[in-house]
Amino acid sequence: MKLTAFELWTALHGMVFGAVFLLAFAGGLAGLYGLRREWLSTAGIKDNVRRLTAGTWIMAIAAWLTVIIGTWIVYVPYRAEPPEGADLTMYPKFNLTSDPSTAAWHEFGMEWKEHIAWISPMLATAVAFVVLYYGLEIAERPYLRRALIILFTLSFVAAGIAGLFGAFITKAAPLI
Amino acid sequence: MESTERPNGPAAAAFVAAGVGSAALGVFTILAETFERVASFMELYAPVGPLSGKTTFAVVVWLLVWGALHGAWRSKEVSWKMAWTLTLVLVGIGLVLTFPPVFLAFAPEE
Repeated sequence: MKLTAFELWTALHGMVFGAVFLLAFAGGLAGLYGLRREWLSTAGIKDNVRRLTAGTWIMAIAAWLTVIIGTWIVYVPYRAEPPEGADLTMYPKFNLTSDPSTAAWHEFGMEWKEHIAWISPMLATAVAFVVLYYGLEIAERPYLRRALIILFTLSFVAAGIAGLFGAFITKAAPLI
Repeated sequence: MESTERPNGPAAAAFVAAGVGSAALGVFTILAETFERVASFMELYAPVGPLSGKTTFAVVVWLLVWGALHGAWRSKEVSWKMAWTLTLVLVGIGLVLTFPPVFLAFAPEE
């Protein structure tokens, strides 16, 4: 049950930080959706905002760690160029592109994932900042709450696309 | 409930800046795909390739724009319709330009 260093970093990237972000989304969405003056008491709003503030910042930090680890650590061995005659299973990008039946995993999947993923933390940070800055006032401003929900969801969609293709690509050409 | 109404400027700044960052990433992606020299310039760290520069510069643009807009709008009530529309358009640009069939269409013919 040993993991290589690459496997460990890949696991941290996708199954720890990436997963934390994606799984926490539901709770954050429910918190934002329910943050309405007419639904909650003052104590309820304060409690909701406290949890939302912590949750959105945890998600933003998780998103940043996911993309930074993914780009600066995991992506390096993924795209490494193999020497002549090397076993391509150790070089995922070239392994995938060497076969027309798997090339799209890189040419579409990885190319999309590596870019769209970076949109997620920028949006997530904007959401976390606004929740922190405005706090209780969000319950009084439906337009702000709606905008937060939309931006939060877009952040999740971006991360979800990256996570989905990451999982498929790891299955097609694991990083060992 | 006691409420101290803050102007919406800081929220607008955060949202618009996130949109600018997203659009910047899309633009840098297109430029790197179209021009070899830009791709080389974007290669801040060779093992990561041009992605290292595309993402780093997009984050730098995002932070600079956020700082500037926050400074300009912190005490202001801005047109929320304008700010929100701009945010959505810019995020949309980022999402479209980072979609492989779009940016790969700009790649020079081999």
